[in-house]
Amino acid sequence: MENAELNPKSLKKRRKERIDRGIKIRSNDIFAVCSWREMLYLSCPRLIPTVGILLLPLVLGVYWQKVYLSVAVFALLAISWDILAQTGMISLGQALFFGIGAYLSGIANHYWGISPFFTLPFATLFGGLICTLVLLPVLRLRGIYFSMVTLIIPLMLVRVIEATRIFGGTEGLSGMTSLPSKWLELYLISAALLGALFGFRRLMDSDYGLVLKGIRDNDRSVINAGINIYLFKAQALFLASSVGAFAGAFMTHVYMFVGMPVFALDYSILPIAAAVVGGPGTLAGATLGAFILVPLSEILRGIGGLRIVFYGLFLVIFIVALPEGIFHYIQRKYHHFERWVEVDQ
Amino acid sequence: MGRGGSVNPSPLLKVTDLSKYFGGVRAVHRVNFDLREGELLGFIGPNGSGKTTIVNLITGFVKPSAGNVVYKGREVTALAPHKRVLLGMARTFQMVKPFYQLPAFKNMIIPLYSSRLKKMVGGKYGDRDAMALDLLEEVGFERDARVAYKPASVLPQGYLKRLELAKAIALQPDLFILDELFSGLSLAEVASILPIIEKLRLEGKAIIMIEHRLKELFRIADRVIVLNYGEKIADGKPGEVMGSDAVKKAYLGSE
Repeated sequence: MENAELNPKSLKKRRKERIDRGIKIRSNDIFAVCSWREMLYLSCPRLIPTVGILLLPLVLGVYWQKVYLSVAVFALLAISWDILAQTGMISLGQALFFGIGAYLSGIANHYWGISPFFTLPFATLFGGLICTLVLLPVLRLRGIYFSMVTLIIPLMLVRVIEATRIFGGTEGLSGMTSLPSKWLELYLISAALLGALFGFRRLMDSDYGLVLKGIRDNDRSVINAGINIYLFKAQALFLASSVGAFAGAFMTHVYMFVGMPVFALDYSILPIAAAVVGGPGTLAGATLGAFILVPLSEILRGIGGLRIVFYGLFLVIFIVALPEGIFHYIQRKYHHFERWVEVDQ
Repeated sequence: MGRGGSVNPSPLLKVTDLSKYFGGVRAVHRVNFDLREGELLGFIGPNGSGKTTIVNLITGFVKPSAGNVVYKGREVTALAPHKRVLLGMARTFQMVKPFYQLPAFKNMIIPLYSSRLKKMVGGKYGDRDAMALDLLEEVGFERDARVAYKPASVLPQGYLKRLELAKAIALQPDLFILDELFSGLSLAEVASILPIIEKLRLEGKAIIMIEHRLKELFRIADRVIVLNYGEKIADGKPGEVMGSDAVKKAYLGSE
């Protein structure tokens, strides 16, 4: 930064300066309304994804619009996974949240004919509640023990449905009402994604989020602050499972079908891959990961049998080359942006 | 908070026959003691003599095998550790594990989030920061040098220990339990912490200190309990305790 060059005309030195430095010093990272350039610098990280997500449905073809729905759903599942991970709960069972939400809205719509506008919030809320109650007894488990239980429960539920033939058994329930228009579908999920992304990012940055992250890093220290960590873990679980349940309920109305595949391992594993590739601990990384992995999987469809091999190879390369995650890498580079400034001699 | 010197017939903390066995190991065996309000009680003893286990038993992080703990006249033996904190008992940990990537003052947010303080601190976005900075200044984080804004990972041990102490002070407890606060610190760093402890005493807080630095402890302690192999072998004023034969034997080996 100190390789200043002399400008003989004005007797002024030019040197490079990081754009974020001045902003941070003046405002402790809160506001910078001093120049259009700084405002742009601060607003870009929020503006670009927002505008991007809102414009994407307009420019995509019919096929890719369907892919986009899937991308957004996996992004929501990845966000849901990341919220839990930031609270120290490594879940291998996002399919549980997804499946419970999918079945709840499916049942409400199929048996009682309730409109999607009511089944969606119903499934979000009660799906979150059911998942939280189911996992409540295992909140005391840490690390891999918690993960194992979350992995097993959705697999068990599949067998329960198969064996007891409830809710259509292996056939599933079909003939669900879809949302009235394609555009409503696209913009409902876009709004949900933006809301979840920015809402939960803000939540995790708040003092409340700090307590959640504290439970992950050093739970004894949080207990020692007189805080009931199980209460906070349960709250995080409710938030995360509600997000997952919404994604499931939404997909039920898109496919107009709900069946055993909603508990499939894909819904558990792909969100983790997305969060890891994108960069865990930021929610934005998880979203970014879903926006890369799901379309990639679609593009690779063309090459047939070796698809999974290429997909796996891509995952390995990314994790080895950028173990911090794409988002963290971009964020770091963005903070390092420099501009030329003139300094007095 | 100044209740110093008030005469209260029932002790603040009463520990009866407290025992903890890990398998066949007697970590703590039938320890009894009382603590009055405003008293500074030191625990000393060789390594592995059960000092930290006693702290864990009093604060509830470990369940005792036998015996009970009564705090403020209330039986707390089976109470969850976070509920004991809400009753006004705060500890520091021997191994400080702050959130290294966060600025030091952000480490204070979690104790300030405690429901013990909810009435004093609002629930708005980031509004605990000012209180966190004030508390850190009290324990010697120089405001001018912006030490509190530095990430905990770059702070020397002396600051980390003071951060740990500030986290306990933030909870405004009536009983402080300081687990080897001075370990790993230089003489100068210890000297910078001693006035903070003196100040807590003037405010009438009861303090239990686990300590290996006997010289500093004896200067401030009202009473010292010596442990060896989980048992209490001496209890009294610092001077008396050091004179006793049992203590000499435990510390210097048998003669």
